[in-house]
Amino acid sequence: MTRSSWLALSLMLSTPLVAGGDITGARAQELQNLLIQDCGSCHGLQMKGGLGPALVPEVLQGKNADYLSSVILYGRSGSAMPAWKGLLSPVEARWIAERLLQGVVK
Amino acid sequence: MIRIAGCLLLLFMVNVSAAARGTGDLGLFIERASSSVQIIETSGNTSIARVGELGDLSHASVVYSRDARYAYVFGRDGGLTKIDILKAEISNRKLQAGNSIGGAISQDGRLVAVSNYKPGGVKIFDADTLELVADIPATYGDNQQRSKVIGLVDAPESKFVFALWDAGEIWVLDMSDRSRPQIQKFNKIGRNPYDALITGDGRYYIAGLFGEDGMAMLDLWNLSAGVKRILPDYGKGKKKLPVYKMPHLEGWAVAGDLAFVPAVGSHEVLVIDMRSWQQAGRIEVHGQPIFVMARPDGRQVWVNFAIPDNDTIQVIDTQSLAIVRQLKPGKGVLHMEFEPRGEEVWLSVRDENRVEVYDTRTFERRSSIPATSPSGIFFTARAHRIGL
Repeated sequence: MTRSSWLALSLMLSTPLVAGGDITGARAQELQNLLIQDCGSCHGLQMKGGLGPALVPEVLQGKNADYLSSVILYGRSGSAMPAWKGLLSPVEARWIAERLLQGVVK
Repeated sequence: MIRIAGCLLLLFMVNVSAAARGTGDLGLFIERASSSVQIIETSGNTSIARVGELGDLSHASVVYSRDARYAYVFGRDGGLTKIDILKAEISNRKLQAGNSIGGAISQDGRLVAVSNYKPGGVKIFDADTLELVADIPATYGDNQQRSKVIGLVDAPESKFVFALWDAGEIWVLDMSDRSRPQIQKFNKIGRNPYDALITGDGRYYIAGLFGEDGMAMLDLWNLSAGVKRILPDYGKGKKKLPVYKMPHLEGWAVAGDLAFVPAVGSHEVLVIDMRSWQQAGRIEVHGQPIFVMARPDGRQVWVNFAIPDNDTIQVIDTQSLAIVRQLKPGKGVLHMEFEPRGEEVWLSVRDENRVEVYDTRTFERRSSIPATSPSGIFFTARAHRIGL
């Protein structure tokens, strides 16, 4: 395990696990738009992959929302995945992680 | 008599859709969320038609046939669509791969090349029929893995040039004999080339590197010299900011001997002296630059930015290297395209569902066209430019 992933893990464990289900209204719309358009610029508008890997439910099987939200917040070192913690709160990252697990495109 | 009149009327109606008309002031823009494009004209700044059912158009791009009548649209889902822009209809369409990123048209206009992420490689098609002419898998390493291909451009003397994201290689593909493609490979060019460009004269191919500092440059007039690293000191010892969106290098902004490129992971536009290929300056800008594009006369450079600064455009004066104007067209300014002589520029404002036209002298907004999540804008003038 690399140092940065230990860091991500310890940060994740020291952060209270949050539920992302309680975002509604305008912010939910903004996040949905960010998910489709901005995550989509690397992962594809339909999350079928691009420069970044596919993020459809079949591919994400076995990964839970905590893991996905920590990747969103802290990025993956050695890859092009940036840390989004400057733009997203833990609750918001969790909300996005849950959307990915449910499937963004129905 | 009535029958003749009827025939004349029918002829007239048929002719309306393909009326005698040049295509020099036409273009299209991508509506990426609705799988469609709008065909527009730049003399009166109006939308002419919409063509739909084009598949997943995230990151879609377009090249034009040499007669500037047909647009080839490269979709993310591997779709290659040939659109007759005068008739506003699809004249041919093919799903040629699982996941792709863009394409190019050959110098003579007879071949269209597509670069694919999955399966990684380049496919070459006949521009008329879209029949497959050559399949070039981007294999590398001992296990012959396949790499994602980025930065595909056309080059003089029937060549295509592209880079391998996973392998860190640049390949020069010679298609002068279409039945026997010749490939020259350059390896160890640097880690993760993320995009590339060819200078407007077709001489230099330059790839940006995501995993290392500097850029990889190949002089196509002197292939035996190999790939050189330029701007090697760029970014050294500096903590990089998160890169929320990969910059684009297409549209390499050149003014005189100076070139302007987006920095990666910092809020700067870099100025390169093209005689020495050394950094000649850096300009602090509003955010992480994405497109850095010169007005066709080279006097101004327009810059847009990654999220969360993508509501802004800055304009750099290339003589003083100062920012002379800041515009706020709206949320999600994704792309810019100058009219061929540069008096106006078109901007896609994705999150506000508009494409806007600005006067580049007065910076006033001239027109606004309703659009659904617009992204790339492509005018037919590209038909006659190397690398576009």
